[in-house]
Amino acid sequence: MPNPIEFVGKVNLFGYRSVIDALRRPFEVAQILRQVKEIGAKSLLLVIASGFALGMVMTLHTRGTLVTFGAEALIPTVQSLGFFVEIGPLVAALLVAGRVGSGIGAVLANMRATEQIDGIESLSIDSFKFLVVPRVIACVISMPLLTLFIDFAGLLGGFASERVASGISFHLYLSRAFMNLEWSNFIAPTAKTAVFGFIIGTVSSYFGYTTNEGSQGVGRAATNSVVVSSLLIILVDVILVKCIFFLFPESAL
Amino acid sequence: MIVAPTAAVAFERVSKAFGPKQVLRDVSFEIREGEIVCILGRSGTGKSVTLKLLIALLKPDQGKIWVDHEEITGMKEAQLSRVRRKMGFLFQDAALFDSLTLYENLALPLQRLTGKSKDEIDFTIDTVLEEVGLAADKRKKPSELSGGMRKRAGLARALVLEPKILLADEPSSGLDRITASEIDELFLRQRAIDNKTILIVTHDVHGARRVGDRFAVFDKGDLVAFGTAEQVERSEHETARRLISEG
Repeated sequence: MPNPIEFVGKVNLFGYRSVIDALRRPFEVAQILRQVKEIGAKSLLLVIASGFALGMVMTLHTRGTLVTFGAEALIPTVQSLGFFVEIGPLVAALLVAGRVGSGIGAVLANMRATEQIDGIESLSIDSFKFLVVPRVIACVISMPLLTLFIDFAGLLGGFASERVASGISFHLYLSRAFMNLEWSNFIAPTAKTAVFGFIIGTVSSYFGYTTNEGSQGVGRAATNSVVVSSLLIILVDVILVKCIFFLFPESAL
Repeated sequence: MIVAPTAAVAFERVSKAFGPKQVLRDVSFEIREGEIVCILGRSGTGKSVTLKLLIALLKPDQGKIWVDHEEITGMKEAQLSRVRRKMGFLFQDAALFDSLTLYENLALPLQRLTGKSKDEIDFTIDTVLEEVGLAADKRKKPSELSGGMRKRAGLARALVLEPKILLADEPSSGLDRITASEIDELFLRQRAIDNKTILIVTHDVHGARRVGDRFAVFDKGDLVAFGTAEQVERSEHETARRLISEG
């Protein structure tokens, strides 16, 4: 990997190019739909299962403490706020970075190693627009949708755990869960995952598309895609949370 | 350098290095329209780089390159795209998109770069696949094809846009003599049908002597001999003489 400043500059230029090329004809709709299926639909099971399990675990952990203070009724509220505001978006992004980021990095690096990218260029087709742009757009589209699924899966997991522990009804659980939830607790954190999607798509495509190490580069591109995407998601999350508090002060818990 | 009106391709003092490694040094030659030129040389002497420079997948450090009377070295990407359409490239491992079927591989450039209707595209693909003997395999993915079939599929993709110039990077590598000679036949037929200019990078001197009109021999980044088989056999350069006489 190049030095950090050079890397940031190159990835920024790469991301900028993907935005500019996304606005240029042809719009690659078929490729984008194919990638949404690959990136979004095929991640759905992982995201739902993880969200459900995480929801159960979170409720198990919070229950003991809240019961001590007689605040058992707040468990659904804590669960929904926790998931919608932070856990859902962040965990979904990290899961997708692991599954999709490595996939994008490896596929593009393999295409580079086997001259498939040169093959596309030799046919007068812009390989960047054909391969990179649809993947970045698909990540941007898929991330908020996957976040919705992990949020609701987390709530369901929490309900399942609470149902066993206290026998609470689904209707009561839901009404308590959404009692203190504002739109700003939901819209802004979900929308920020589009930025996470952009990071995953851009960083992973960058490592795959620009590798020149043959078959050795495939594994390296996959690893770097996951590590750097995950790290950037966590760092950017801090900045985005601050921005959300600034733009929507009422969303600060 | 004055490029001859009959030259389909010309290099003028072209040099290319990758880091400290000089891959091509001051290379100049001209290839006439309708000519088959075979590029020979040991591994790592700049043969494949020559083809990639021609189709502008790489840019030279120095020198000028002409394709169909247009100087391409200073061209922008949009202009290069237009020039590339005059060329078809058969890659060493065919470089077919492994997620697409053979039909989809061939349809992709036709759908994107021509205004052909679905029926016209189907007709073009059927015709090209018939030419290379893969008409029955168009629904297969590249992973389902044998080595020889993949080469022919790669050739079909290189031909689908009806290029004036065909570039082939080691078309016979990994193939038995009979399959390799079938590929050679396809080159000869292409030249006979529409007077294509063909450049072939190869280690198969026997096949090269069968199809080639002239031969370019590279050694350590230098073009050490260029001419007919007889002229290369009389070359002052020992590697060139040895290489051409192996066939």
